[in-house]
Amino acid sequence: MAEGGRRGFWEVMNNIDRRIIFLILAVCVTIPLIVSTGGEIKPTAPVIRAHASVESLSPGDYMMISIDFDATSAPELMPMLRAVLRQAFEKDVKIIMLGHIAIGLPLGHMALEQVAAEYDKEYGVDYVDLGYRPGYIAVMIAMGREIEDIFASDYQGTPLREMPVTADIHSYDDIDLLFGFEHGAVIDYWVRYTQARFDQRMTFGTTAVMAPDAYPYLQSGQIEGLVGGLKGAAEYETLIGQPGLGTRGMPAQQWAHLLVIGFIVLGNLGYYFTRKRGRGAA
Amino acid sequence: MGSTTMLIGTWIAGFLTLAIFSFLYKDNPVYKLAEHIYVGVSAGYWLIYVAFFDVYPMLIQGFQDETGLEKWILLVPGALGLIMLSRWFPRTAWLSRWPIAFTVGVGAGLGITANIQGYVMPQLQATLLPVTGWNIVSLNNVILTVGVITTILYFYFSKPHKGALGWMARVGIVFIMVSFGASFGYTLMARISLLIGRLYFLLSDLLHVID
Repeated sequence: MAEGGRRGFWEVMNNIDRRIIFLILAVCVTIPLIVSTGGEIKPTAPVIRAHASVESLSPGDYMMISIDFDATSAPELMPMLRAVLRQAFEKDVKIIMLGHIAIGLPLGHMALEQVAAEYDKEYGVDYVDLGYRPGYIAVMIAMGREIEDIFASDYQGTPLREMPVTADIHSYDDIDLLFGFEHGAVIDYWVRYTQARFDQRMTFGTTAVMAPDAYPYLQSGQIEGLVGGLKGAAEYETLIGQPGLGTRGMPAQQWAHLLVIGFIVLGNLGYYFTRKRGRGAA
Repeated sequence: MGSTTMLIGTWIAGFLTLAIFSFLYKDNPVYKLAEHIYVGVSAGYWLIYVAFFDVYPMLIQGFQDETGLEKWILLVPGALGLIMLSRWFPRTAWLSRWPIAFTVGVGAGLGITANIQGYVMPQLQATLLPVTGWNIVSLNNVILTVGVITTILYFYFSKPHKGALGWMARVGIVFIMVSFGASFGYTLMARISLLIGRLYFLLSDLLHVID
């Protein structure tokens, strides 16, 4: 009887309606978002190195920011973009933004304008948005020769030479650090075509999905730092001392991970017991 | 005006978010509507961006402003771009092979050097790591080197995986499985992060339940 009851339980667990799982997950994420504002976060070495690469810049240095993501990755990459911009503007670093994913560039522009306003930075003097040009590789290689050949003007059509921030900017020789925000293979192009060919210093923030692919570049020293996923964003926010959505999302992330681990254990136990029962019946 | 626009935008975003989430219950017309809006808006966005950030400034305006060779050389990419459109007509579709061949040729030429210079050589160099005694760095270096060698050997199929080769290939599988596990873990983290982002938007911007 007891065995029959156990078998029934595992069979029910194995055939549970997936919508119940979705509902439990939604509750598990929603409640921590409402009741918790974030716990203690300990930054990891790749994020500390990314932070240090921006920290190494001096006032007046130039950082190129590449927006290589769109709305599908915004929850992960926007918090880290804002954190990096805050750190850069705090240090009076000049920002040159561009993008290789057309539909993501407005997101980058929104963050740029928002953070620039917080630090009273002026468009065309302290920062600029060059916009978008298709053809990743051609754009990257051509900028090594002359940026104006590819971006003759900013996204509004103002010529580069008419803005103080870009008046004397010609190539990667004038860019002190490149910080890319990636949700796809553009990071490979940046490293293989720009870092290798022009020896450009670069650091990246990536989605969690892309982070494992980016670690070899970090290990080989081709990139200086790596901020991976919302967890990385939370670590970066901790390092600059300004908690944001990354920090806010960590309790929900932890509970969701615990829930999924629980489901994985339950699923495997259910598979084990139902298979055992099947063998016994045979 | 600005706040009204923001409010309407937030409501539209909230409706579309809930419409997409409704697929988790089951497929329905509201989900389909949101999906089609997304595809349509994305395609329109790309078209506008390519037209106004590439074709007009780089080709049309460039042709008007430049002189000499810089001007006339623009006819080449312009012609190649127009030839690509020949794919629409079955009788002239073969012409589109020329711009495709040009793109593939340039891509392959650039890719070979970039992959050797920017990937193979630096990664090989980063695998040749020293063992400097009994410490954690040396242990890491040994694990990394063993992992690279055994994983490569797993994909060596010119000899049967028996004996020493078979043993090393099995070690390689362990490293591959650890890699898959790490990727799965990171992917899970990414998907949960996206859910957190959307729920935060609904709770904060739409419902004002949290700050």
